[in-house]
Amino acid sequence: MGLSTTKFGVYNPDNPQENRITDIGPRYYWDFFPPIIQRNYGKWLYHEVLEPGVLVHVSETGEKVYTVRAGGMRIMSAAFVREICDIADRHCDGYVRFTTRNNIEFLVDSPEKVEALKKELESRKFFSGANKFPVGGTGAGITNIVHTQGYIHCHTPATDASSMVKAVMDELYNYFGSMTLPAKLRVSMACCLNMCGAVHCSDIALLGYHRKPPIIDHEWLAKMCEIPTVIASCPKAAISPGATPDGKKTVKIKDERCMFCGNCYTMCAALPLSDKEGDGVVVLAGGKLSNRISAPKFSKVVVPFLPNNFPRFPEVCETVKRIVEVYATHANKYERLGDWAERIGWEKFFELTGLPFTDHLLDDHRLAYDTYRTSTLFKYTDAAWAVSKAAGGVD
Amino acid sequence: MSFEFKPKVPQKELNYQELRIYTDEELQNPSDEELKSFKVKYDIPMLEQLESGPWPSFVADLKVEALRRRKLADDRMMISRDVVEDLLGQVELSFEHGETHWKHGGIVGVQGYGGGVIGRYSDVPDKFPGVAHFHTVRLNQPASKFYKTDFLRALADLWEFRGSGIFNLHGSTGDIVLLGTFTEQLEPIFQECAHHLSQDIGGSGSNLRTPSCCVGKARCEFALYDTQEMCYDMTMHYQDELHRPMFPYKFKFKFDGCPNGCVASIARSDLSFIGTWRDNIRIDQDAVRGYVQGDIVPNAGAHRGREWGKFDIRKEVVDRCPSGCMKYEDGVLTIDDADCVRCMHCINTMPRALRPGVDTGVTILCGAKAPILEGAQMATMIVPFMKAEPPYDNIKEVIDKAQEFWMEEGKNRERIGELIQRVGLPKFLEAVGLPPAPQHVWKPRENPYIFWKAEDVPGGFARDISDYRKRHAR
Ligand code: HEM
Ligand code: HEM
Ligand code: SF4
Ligand code: SF4
Ligand code: SF4
Ligand code: SF4
Repeated sequence: MGLSTTKFGVYNPDNPQENRITDIGPRYYWDFFPPIIQRNYGKWLYHEVLEPGVLVHVSETGEKVYTVRAGGMRIMSAAFVREICDIADRHCDGYVRFTTRNNIEFLVDSPEKVEALKKELESRKFFSGANKFPVGGTGAGITNIVHTQGYIHCHTPATDASSMVKAVMDELYNYFGSMTLPAKLRVSMACCLNMCGAVHCSDIALLGYHRKPPIIDHEWLAKMCEIPTVIASCPKAAISPGATPDGKKTVKIKDERCMFCGNCYTMCAALPLSDKEGDGVVVLAGGKLSNRISAPKFSKVVVPFLPNNFPRFPEVCETVKRIVEVYATHANKYERLGDWAERIGWEKFFELTGLPFTDHLLDDHRLAYDTYRTSTLFKYTDAAWAVSKAAGGVD
Repeated sequence: MSFEFKPKVPQKELNYQELRIYTDEELQNPSDEELKSFKVKYDIPMLEQLESGPWPSFVADLKVEALRRRKLADDRMMISRDVVEDLLGQVELSFEHGETHWKHGGIVGVQGYGGGVIGRYSDVPDKFPGVAHFHTVRLNQPASKFYKTDFLRALADLWEFRGSGIFNLHGSTGDIVLLGTFTEQLEPIFQECAHHLSQDIGGSGSNLRTPSCCVGKARCEFALYDTQEMCYDMTMHYQDELHRPMFPYKFKFKFDGCPNGCVASIARSDLSFIGTWRDNIRIDQDAVRGYVQGDIVPNAGAHRGREWGKFDIRKEVVDRCPSGCMKYEDGVLTIDDADCVRCMHCINTMPRALRPGVDTGVTILCGAKAPILEGAQMATMIVPFMKAEPPYDNIKEVIDKAQEFWMEEGKNRERIGELIQRVGLPKFLEAVGLPPAPQHVWKPRENPYIFWKAEDVPGGFARDISDYRKRHAR
């Protein structure tokens, strides 16, 4: 029986319980594995990246599976999904997979098939000339940017996601299709502090950020929201009960306490905080989450604010590129961006990248003290001389 | 190993030719010529700047879908023909305003479930009626995101027919995300998926979120347990928690086959399961020589793009071992495994010479989260090693205890990691029934403000002031 083509399909609105199926979970993964994967499950011996975007995995059974990895837009149309299926049907017996970072992977069993597949992937272009299936994203390079929803679907963003990612990936394109960096470099993007994509442990993270406290919709607040819940929602205790001149219940916000997290807005729609000039992008760097060599670590704020210049975010692109290039020329083989910055010292990071160090980069939130230098161990850079000069210590 | 792979519920055989909604003619995409001259209903000059450049363009792609919908007959789609064009129009307006035009909130869902659907309404519905409602349905993705094209094609038809035809493949949590439909189509979509595709929806809201795992044993030599099977088993075992909110806030399981952490479980899941081993790294000395002599390319070829000079096993492996437990002498590589912290570096660098041990299991970590509210947290190591074999009863016991503790002690919208911060790790370990160990911390505490309990101290806390006064004048 085919998918229904009537308005309600198998669902009967007059008797919603009729034939209802629930709690069946996802499709069973095993049925979606290509036979070669089923045959070699758990038997893989080693792998190799043959060229950017092409992997071979060798099994103890002697079988080899070749993977061709293509970068993708994670937002895609039914038409595009069908195109993926066309390629998978033609080259991979109707199987395909997606990676955590929204790459599309096609698996085949011979080098000849790899060549045919690559040719096909590289030949497919949009009417505008953009590639549909750029091959790459492996090894010591930059793979696809994981990102969130932005203006496409979310109610809290401080910037847009899909457009920024497109703009930045256009800039980083050569790093996607090559493996010339000291180690892999992960770029991630989230459009607000909620960080649906969990960008807080990336080599470079782009984060949408609000810079103005919420606007209070006094007329509606008490009708739309429970005031005690709103007050409790603020991690900085910036919100307290208030009243309008005509006696309506509402709230007050102490602006100087607000850290623009938007949690109150999440709890109460009468407290919007997005704003054309106020909103923009924070750049963080130096995070990682593998346990390789060093422990996972958080990304650190290196640029406190860049403007939202839709649609191509030139300032963001320029900053990302600059960080990548300085890292690429200075880090040692196998050294992740954060490990490199820690080895040379963050003061050198700022000197080499030329990113300005401002008061916004000094932590004044919880546990800030952990980041203050309690030692004479530091390196001299121009920034150090500026402090000494201000103190009258040098001429 | 005699494990038999089989689903816990019957799966429909999938055959796209039987399932399909659209004919081949209807599936013809517009030609490039048509697309080049195609104007969507609104002026979108900023979005159109994103059509060029080498990286795939979601704008160009959405235009294909927009034009496809123009060509379909009225009864071949159940929501507005204009949904894609209206979405583009609204995003362009958001660029102009520098502000989103999606309304806050909106409770919609499918009967009996408290999650899986994210309600979304436009705040400019008069301008863009096609996206007046634009609800998202999250479908629970198959483990590791392998697909048969029959399934994907059927889903594409279903979603073009009952929704916008726009997907996220995939959402950050892992789900297949169907982006944008009207309220009355939610139940039909859910039941069509269940009846025809054996496919359930995923999680959202204050419940278990769709668990996800790395590619694991399917195609990675490093996998130290069956990430797919465990992810699937846990997903099925906790169906109720997945679909019916009962928690203070969201809860995520993620499954990484080894410490490389390809699904980032350590940074973004309340319980993170990372494959590990407790015996010795297996060394093939012939292959070691192969690397040293330059016959085998190091780091599996990941550095191919640049001339890094001849592979130097001392510099690149031995000296980089974080625990300094490797030696390379007289052409022989040795590892003092008792000191190895299983970071994977040497194995990643020489995968043909070194393999993890064979006595494998998982390390369990707890409490990772993004910054909201108390700041970002990395997961804290809880159980150093645990066997991970179906039916995973030992692990379910740990999960149940952790969740019980959280449900009892957690405040509304408090993630388990924040709860542990608030009450301290000792309380959590006690609740889960685990003894403390140096492995739980980087270093012992630096402040001596130790919370002793009455029962810890001889005689307890209760004392008699008059007794005290016998020895000390007032
Ligand atoms: C009502 C408010 C919220 C809405 C509507 C919302 C919406 C979403 C959406 C649509 C996704 C999937 C995103 C994607 O895959 O692109 C998501 C995932 C996520 N959200 Fe939210 N979110 C909300 C609140 C929060 C809060 C308060 C937090 C922080 C604690 C948060 C953290 C996350 C994380 C960490 C993920 C996914 C991470 C992962 O597993 O990959 N969200 N959320
Ligand atoms: C230092 C950090 C990391 C290391 C050392 C690492 C290491 C690896 C290794 C060794 C592989 C298998 C090699 C291959 O098949 O290409 C791999 C694959 C992969 N990694 Fe990572 N990884 C890291 C971080 C991440 C992060 C942060 C993510 C995403 C959130 C990620 C996502 C992936 C994905 C999607 C794959 C492909 C897995 C697959 O075959 O599906 N990795 N990584
Ligand atoms: S990161 Fe923030 S704005 Fe972006 S999708 Fe998540 S909740 Fe929405
Ligand atoms: S934005 Fe955050 S800090 Fe500011 S008032 Fe709202 S909840 Fe408080
Ligand atoms: S986490 Fe480990 S086992 Fe899983 S895919 Fe990554 S490298 Fe392989
Ligand atoms: S896995 Fe890491 S810690 Fe262990 S021997 Fe190898 S490099 Fe050293």
